[in-house]
Amino acid sequence: MNLLRLSLAYIRARALNSALNVLLLALGVATIVVLLLFTQQLAERLERDSKGIDLVVGAKGSPLQLILSSVYHVDIPTGNIPLSDAEKLKANPLIKAAVPLALGDSYEGFRIVGTNHDYVSLYGGRNSEGRLWEKPYEAVVGSEVGQHARLKLGDKIVGSHGIVEAGEKHENSPYTIVGLLAPSGTVLDRLVLTSVESVWEIHGQGPHEEDEDEDNTTSTGKPRHLQPQELTALLIQYASPMAAAILPRQVNSQSALQAASPAFESARLLNLVGVGVQAIQAFALILILCAALSVFIALYNALRERSYDLAVMRSLGASRTKLLAAILIEGLILAAGGVVLGLALGHVLTEVLGAWLQASQRVHVTGWTLVPGELALVAAALAVGVISALLPAVMAYRTDIAGVLARR
Amino acid sequence: MFALRKVRHAYDIQDVLRLDDWSVAQGEHWLILGPSGSGKTTLLHILAGILAPSEGSVAIAGQDLDKLPASELDRFRGRHIGIVFQRLHLIPSLTVLDNLLLAQYLAGAAQDANRARVLLTSLGLGDKAHSRPHALSFGQSQRAAVARAVVNKPRLILADEPTSNLDDANAAAALDLLLQQAGACNATLVIATHDRRIRQRFDHRIVLGGEA
Repeated sequence: MNLLRLSLAYIRARALNSALNVLLLALGVATIVVLLLFTQQLAERLERDSKGIDLVVGAKGSPLQLILSSVYHVDIPTGNIPLSDAEKLKANPLIKAAVPLALGDSYEGFRIVGTNHDYVSLYGGRNSEGRLWEKPYEAVVGSEVGQHARLKLGDKIVGSHGIVEAGEKHENSPYTIVGLLAPSGTVLDRLVLTSVESVWEIHGQGPHEEDEDEDNTTSTGKPRHLQPQELTALLIQYASPMAAAILPRQVNSQSALQAASPAFESARLLNLVGVGVQAIQAFALILILCAALSVFIALYNALRERSYDLAVMRSLGASRTKLLAAILIEGLILAAGGVVLGLALGHVLTEVLGAWLQASQRVHVTGWTLVPGELALVAAALAVGVISALLPAVMAYRTDIAGVLARR
Repeated sequence: MFALRKVRHAYDIQDVLRLDDWSVAQGEHWLILGPSGSGKTTLLHILAGILAPSEGSVAIAGQDLDKLPASELDRFRGRHIGIVFQRLHLIPSLTVLDNLLLAQYLAGAAQDANRARVLLTSLGLGDKAHSRPHALSFGQSQRAAVARAVVNKPRLILADEPTSNLDDANAAAALDLLLQQAGACNATLVIATHDRRIRQRFDHRIVLGGEA
């Protein structure tokens, strides 16, 4: 016999009530765990995808849209920029490297990106099979694209015009797969890569030359289709920290171009998402407070039923502090049960939601990982258990034994 | 074994207990007699060290109770005093055996499950060791409560009205049990009662409330 067994015996004695308290706390903890895992992995992914990119230069429009379209490849581009402007910019001594991007087509929902080999090395991408593209109409696919379409070396794929919805197919100019990329955990996994020239050539011929409604699409606000000698965006690395102060202003003052910082725009994006996250977080906190209140009520009521037990235990030799400890342990056990169940529930739920929700499939949210915030959550939830047991414990400490025992 | 000197206890301003001098030797069996409200339970609580008298001194086994710090008094009580309450007060969430082990644990004594089992068996409760108290009859509960009181081999056993709600045969059995268990550990036994049926079996009596 010891205090732990004693507390467990009391918890078992009102099993249903205890189970409900544990469940209530677990739901609050699980909600917060899901939020922590999702936001953390989303933030990590955003950071990985924009790593090494100090500035993105593209056509005028929303800076967030520019970043979303050319760094994360989730939005449509703001438009295109003339190659000559891009070349002029590249000569700037404040720029260490500039990776060109030419967007416009997609393959089975995955974007086809015309770029150079620097883009692959930016994300530390490696070939799992084959090599990188060298000649026009050679393409390399990211690991997810390869898996999704079961592609192997030598396969021919046909791009569709447009990025969001599948448009007409460029049947006449298929790409040949010359390489597959190993998984990198970045946006690279979901892209088809080829040379800028391939993209130009495809749009310089075929069905688009007789495309007469080019102007109509512009007037409806969609970007103009990519024309030869145009780029969608340039991913820029600064040569020195000083560039951060000078370059964006310099670029933005040139009328045709816009510069946007991935770090700044992703922070803005997370901030926007953060409002929703905070609302759910507040809801989860309310759940946890309800659990604390419920544990308090349960212990408080139990204590009234148990006043004889406490007096008897004192008469059997228990000190006041022992009774105090026994009640605190009881609160702590309930809280620990809630925390363990909540953590398990939260991780499983995250894994299930991560696989189920289409949006999170892109980011590969998994429940089988730990985030630092969980440690604080565990500490906070345990503290809640102890605090809710505190008043009942003090009441136990103060039990007037003779008074209780003399009661008839 | 214990000695009370000039003990007086009052709730509010009214004295409920006045006792000038009472000394008891180790192994003696005593009755505290008196009508309801004459302070029998108060005196038992004072002897048990769970109630400090308003005035006077209590020494048990040579130890002045009011000189002990609170936690040592708890410990002293657990080690040396066994109490059988009128309403028994077994812990309902624990099995009968665990009630005994709890008594050993809270007294700071070594936990000896074997001694607890032997004790229960000797009281005819061997098969009830793992039952909850609510599954026991009143007689069984009373035996379990006695077992819990004597499991630490106390030097002083206090019992409050152990026979009050029992018929003659059961009252005699309960008394036998207490006398036998007190004898087994050579403990001093003090029983508070207003039950006249058991007076004849005790040589030593103290009468509260003026009645002879």
